[in-house]
Amino acid sequence: MSACLLEVEDLGKVYRSYSAEWRRVLHWMGLPMASVTEHWALRHVSFKIERGEAIGIVGQNGAGKSTLLKLVTGTARANEGKVACIGRVSAILELGMGFGPDLTGRENCRHAAGLMGHSEAEISRMLPEIEAFAEIGDYFDQPVRTYSSGMQMRVAFGVATAVRPDILIVDEALAVGDTYFQHKSFDRIRQFREQGTTLLIVSHDRSAVQQLCDRAILLDKGRLIKDGGVEEVMDFYNALIAERENQTVTVRQLDGGRVQTISGTGEASVEKVGLHDARGEPIEFVNVGQPVELRIQARVHQSVPRLVLGYIIRDRLGQAIYGTNTHYTRQALEAVAAGTVVDYSIRFPMNIGAGTYSISTALVSTETHLENNYEWRDLALLFTVANLDKPFFVGTAWVAPSIELTVS
Amino acid sequence: MLELFRALWRYRFFIVSSVRNDLRARFARSHFGAAWMVLQPLAQVAIFSLVLSEVLAARLPGTTSKSAYAIYLMAGLLSWSLFSEITSRCLTLFVDNAGLLKKMVFPRICLPVIVVGSALLNNLLLFMAMLLIFALMGHAPSLELAWLLPLTALTVAFSLGLGLMMGVLNVFLRDVGQVMAIVLQLWFWLTPIVYMPSIVPGGFQSWIALNPMTPIVQAYQQSILHGQAPDLVGMAWVVGLAALLLVLALLLFRRASPDMVDVL
Repeated sequence: MSACLLEVEDLGKVYRSYSAEWRRVLHWMGLPMASVTEHWALRHVSFKIERGEAIGIVGQNGAGKSTLLKLVTGTARANEGKVACIGRVSAILELGMGFGPDLTGRENCRHAAGLMGHSEAEISRMLPEIEAFAEIGDYFDQPVRTYSSGMQMRVAFGVATAVRPDILIVDEALAVGDTYFQHKSFDRIRQFREQGTTLLIVSHDRSAVQQLCDRAILLDKGRLIKDGGVEEVMDFYNALIAERENQTVTVRQLDGGRVQTISGTGEASVEKVGLHDARGEPIEFVNVGQPVELRIQARVHQSVPRLVLGYIIRDRLGQAIYGTNTHYTRQALEAVAAGTVVDYSIRFPMNIGAGTYSISTALVSTETHLENNYEWRDLALLFTVANLDKPFFVGTAWVAPSIELTVS
Repeated sequence: MLELFRALWRYRFFIVSSVRNDLRARFARSHFGAAWMVLQPLAQVAIFSLVLSEVLAARLPGTTSKSAYAIYLMAGLLSWSLFSEITSRCLTLFVDNAGLLKKMVFPRICLPVIVVGSALLNNLLLFMAMLLIFALMGHAPSLELAWLLPLTALTVAFSLGLGLMMGVLNVFLRDVGQVMAIVLQLWFWLTPIVYMPSIVPGGFQSWIALNPMTPIVQAYQQSILHGQAPDLVGMAWVVGLAALLLVLALLLFRRASPDMVDVL
């Protein structure tokens, strides 16, 4: 079988509107009717997806994400280019589609599975497994109208993922239901992936994309503007949002191929970032549990009403390990004049697992970077944590145990 | 064309389960359940026969029995209810299923097939209830009742062709749905269901003759009430029209499909 599972070539989708709808009807008849406006929701988009890859599709509202998914699943037809797909495509675009409130969970499952094109015999085989996955007990044979929304989600997700597809398309439906079920559904998606399913995920949720994907595609105004590693694309995406508010974005290639993105309005900037040991010596390698000091020097170029420094320690994949800011610690500075230099000294024990980490810094006015983003600096500092003297452990957190044994 | 049928066959389970769910959803949580499906048209027959034959003293020419008029009415309604159910449901078919069409990938042709399936099922139940009432009235149906099979097929073809065309247009021009709802009401009265064509003044006779539902309804009445074979020659043009509409509807459906999802 070919390694390339999905190939999208120069894809374009146009939404046409006519001055009157009857003109559209005449257009089908083959009469040359000019449309009044053409809106290209997607154009010149090309990418290839190999077997077993997991790809996140990100972009702002109206960037063309949903259109792309519709074209890939086949609910909408492209006007330009083509989508070549091998294998079974299954989409979780909306859970509980076609559920009837007066039918029981079991009947709805049969119906929904039929809608997915399964035969009666296949469905009978699938049902016990769906029932077990949903874990809603006797409710499975009660009308769906008596379900809570969470229960409905469980059944719907169970049906949608009852058979492992070759390509699974997930549209932001992940953040539903209770925490337990979220984990369970994430697990199932992960299992599919290990068995070779290609994932295509659309989400605004950075952590969901980072947990599941190893590649990301950024769409903006119907164009594919970035295709690459998740961290790099997500950083670029964050910067893009910032840029929309007249901010500048600089992208710099760091040693080792990682890409640093700096964005912001520029009223203040981080001048120096350094990690130091207890004696104040700069360090790059840190032992697990070692007390360290993070020194950040910020300079204010134009007076700002309020200055907050935030930082996030991220792991190799860009997932947040720990982050806070001086708003939460009640150390925000008010009415900071131009020319002020602020030195922050942040001390903490490095209670995180072995691996390479990065620190992102943010100079903002409130607790989020959405209101006033003076400067957002990804990969401001890179460091490595090594386990020198602790017993071996896995994971990103150092949660020192004391283990007692009773052998009888 | 072949792939169309293959897709339908592959989705047969979905179609059957949709028809079943349709039926179940309609009568869920009602005490009389499926009985309503029969009670409603029968109430209509009862009202018409009461008003027209008792109050207005309408008599079917050539017969003396009072029940003849009720049977005439029921024969017409059997045909009309199938026609109007398929037409009016096809009219809003794509608009009603917008969510499904936008989010799921399945052969679109399943939707009209489901409508036809559930309308046929309703019609069958109604027919059986009518047979029961005929028996109570002492009206013995003849073997000519077998004509109802091709007549039902013709009614389905005509209403599906018309309904599907209007249904596709209704996605883009929602006025079509509103207009058709009125047209259907008017159409009912232009069809000799509650009255005999002979009582209509001369000026309207030609209108009734131009109505493609007239030969169909008359054929129903012939085979049910009089136990006679329908006038096949007079019906030929309706068969041709139904076939034409069906082909046009399929073509239109094919053409409009890509645009439909975008507009819904």
